[in-house]
Amino acid sequence: MTEKLNVFAVRTLTQKEYFAPGHRSCQGCAEALAVRLVAKALGRNVIIAAATGCMEIVSSPLPFTSWRVPWFHVAFENAAAVASGIESALKVLVRKGRIPYKKIVTLAMAGDGGTADIGLQALSGALERGHNFTYICTDNEAYMNTGIQRSSSTPFGAATTTSPAGKVTMGQITWKKNMPAIVAAHHIPYVATACPSYPIDLVQKVKKAAELKGPAYVHILSVCPTGWRSAPDLSIKLGRLAVETGVFPLYEVEQGKYRLTIDFPKLRPLKEYIKLQGRFRHLTDSMIEEIEKRIHQEYEQLKKKAKKGV
Amino acid sequence: MEVSIAAAEAVKQANVDVISAYPITPQTHVVEHLSELVANGEMDAEFFCVESEHSALSVCVGSEATGARSFTCTSSQGLALMSEITYIASGLRLPIVMVISNRTLSSPLSIWNDHSDVMSIRDCGWVQFFTENGQEVYDHIFIAYRLGEDREVLLPVIVNMDGFILSHVIEPIELIEQDKIDGFLPPYQPLYRLHPDKPVTMGAFALPSIFAETKKAQEVALQSSISKILEVWRAFGDITGRYYNPIETYQAGDAETLLVTMGSCGETASVAVDMMREEGRSVGLVKIRLWRPFPFDAFKAATLKAKNMVVIDRAISIGGPGGPVASEVKAALYGEEPRPSIYNFVAGISGRDVTPSDYIKMVDKAEIEIEEGNKAGYEIYGVRE
Amino acid sequence: MTKPESEWTWKELPVGNVVLEPGNASQYRTGDWKSLKPILNKELCVHCGLCYIFCPDMAYNLDAGGYFISDLYYCKGCGICAKECPTGAITMVVEEEEA
Repeated sequence: MTEKLNVFAVRTLTQKEYFAPGHRSCQGCAEALAVRLVAKALGRNVIIAAATGCMEIVSSPLPFTSWRVPWFHVAFENAAAVASGIESALKVLVRKGRIPYKKIVTLAMAGDGGTADIGLQALSGALERGHNFTYICTDNEAYMNTGIQRSSSTPFGAATTTSPAGKVTMGQITWKKNMPAIVAAHHIPYVATACPSYPIDLVQKVKKAAELKGPAYVHILSVCPTGWRSAPDLSIKLGRLAVETGVFPLYEVEQGKYRLTIDFPKLRPLKEYIKLQGRFRHLTDSMIEEIEKRIHQEYEQLKKKAKKGV
Repeated sequence: MEVSIAAAEAVKQANVDVISAYPITPQTHVVEHLSELVANGEMDAEFFCVESEHSALSVCVGSEATGARSFTCTSSQGLALMSEITYIASGLRLPIVMVISNRTLSSPLSIWNDHSDVMSIRDCGWVQFFTENGQEVYDHIFIAYRLGEDREVLLPVIVNMDGFILSHVIEPIELIEQDKIDGFLPPYQPLYRLHPDKPVTMGAFALPSIFAETKKAQEVALQSSISKILEVWRAFGDITGRYYNPIETYQAGDAETLLVTMGSCGETASVAVDMMREEGRSVGLVKIRLWRPFPFDAFKAATLKAKNMVVIDRAISIGGPGGPVASEVKAALYGEEPRPSIYNFVAGISGRDVTPSDYIKMVDKAEIEIEEGNKAGYEIYGVRE
Repeated sequence: MTKPESEWTWKELPVGNVVLEPGNASQYRTGDWKSLKPILNKELCVHCGLCYIFCPDMAYNLDAGGYFISDLYYCKGCGICAKECPTGAITMVVEEEEA
């Protein structure tokens, strides 16, 4: 319970809420919590380009909005492209003297579908062009908003409505796409993974991402009790378990250098994470063992990268 | 100068802030020249090539919403790819200007000109102009920005120019002095913008209980923009001497048979009209310049007195009642009595040449068909059987 | 007070359907959704703020005495606060149906 050590540090965060209550997310939605923390990290001077998804739907039913900062939803796959447009406009308008200079963070926000699948092209383009923006991917590991369909970010073995646990195939048959690695391959200044179960860490990483010049990417694991078939009060615990079992390691890649945020000498058994989620209910012990083996392998590889300072 | 270059020069003179584009034949010369202008410091704008047309328009949507005058240019497949965003841009009421270098849609793949690309987004809600020559392309960039950015309009605008037939042709272009343009086109003052000083939410989703109201508001905006279009054209004419109208006519006043065209083929058709007039035939030409909002009043005024109409379409509505222009013309005149008989030719598909003698043959055929009682015929002209 | 969407006429809509009042979703009473509500035992509370920071619905406010009090107007009854409280000061109880 390393996080409990700085339990009182919560009070150092701003009390202001830039993401207003009254939004329509499910009970116990850790994605809403992630968005709340991101909004706290960035404050007033931000412009958000959001993709279609859970967070867009719950926060913007006309004529209401949960946003106390400028927020723009266009379509599903172009959050990064819209953010590129916003960033360029700010740049040129200041340069031409049409608006006064002000430090404004351009933020693109999308889910795992809008990032790893349909949004991958726009994200890759924006990263390559080197716009000064931050991209947040809130990953609830499926197309939750449309009814829990699988995405490339759905973990191996998870049951979703389009990768159900059937008699022939049992859940997702492919391994979760490693988005942080894909983004890191674009050689951008900053890539990080974060989880709302570690709120101070998340806020610090988002602040760092926004501060750095050039593109930055933060991948946030968002526990979804509705889609993961877990109890709503377990959303924080599950996020913690995801980190402690090595399923979702917390790390940063700054100028290409890997750094683990928390290194566990011994990872928790995967079963502790899996048994709390209905989407893994059908997994046999041997399947869980296979998955755990691969998770440990990948964790070792990550540790190696961090040690090398690669 | 080449018309594409003229279009790029107009974008420069219009003091556009953000240009995002993805290359596609035959639009490439426009963006190539723009990138040169920016690289040489002759134009102060954010120019970048994005990774797809969908992103090209998405970038413009983002930058326009932040208050920057934005421009993109595309054709054919690119337009089809960004079509999702065209509907969104007009729903959001963002005055982006897009030049479309009209090119046919696959399949089969073809780089040559026709209107099938822009017809695929007929209902997208943008103001749509068709131009006939290079001067008109150049002029309409300024007209488009002035019109779109007007607080009473706030709609995106498409300027169509026929690919290759206009875009790659060298024509005499009369450039307008910069100070005249600066007077005609003031800097963009957005009604709402994305800025932390005044946070707004754009792009909220709408439940069925409010959606119809949002579309009604959008429809009224597009329809009522016609008065502003006429005003802007008048103001433009006052500074340049070139006055534009939603429907242009040529020898149409007393004509018994009217040719109806849209786009660059109007010029060729007018040569054919001259030839037919010399033979004493009562033929005239009606050219549609404003496609959306469709200028019902002006069109009726120009055409109702004729007996026959030969509508030339440069796109097909496969499985439908012919070409899009003919379908709309028929719908526009449906409630009128008497109204001309209409024969529809789809001609010039994918850049196949339509010469003045072709127009004469089409008028001949149409008049015979109508005489024989075929009051609403349709055929694709010139197909080898 | 923004009126519900079913009462808007087309003329009242801002251009582009922009929402001009930031955060006006806060009029929506998500508190009606819950079937469990959190109860605080002040004697066990150490004022750590974890209940406040982990609430996805921003349904905790700091009172003058330094305690975080749940805002039942928004609280959806997810139970995260009760689960995460390090001293067990919060318990979820069944919310009585309003007559």
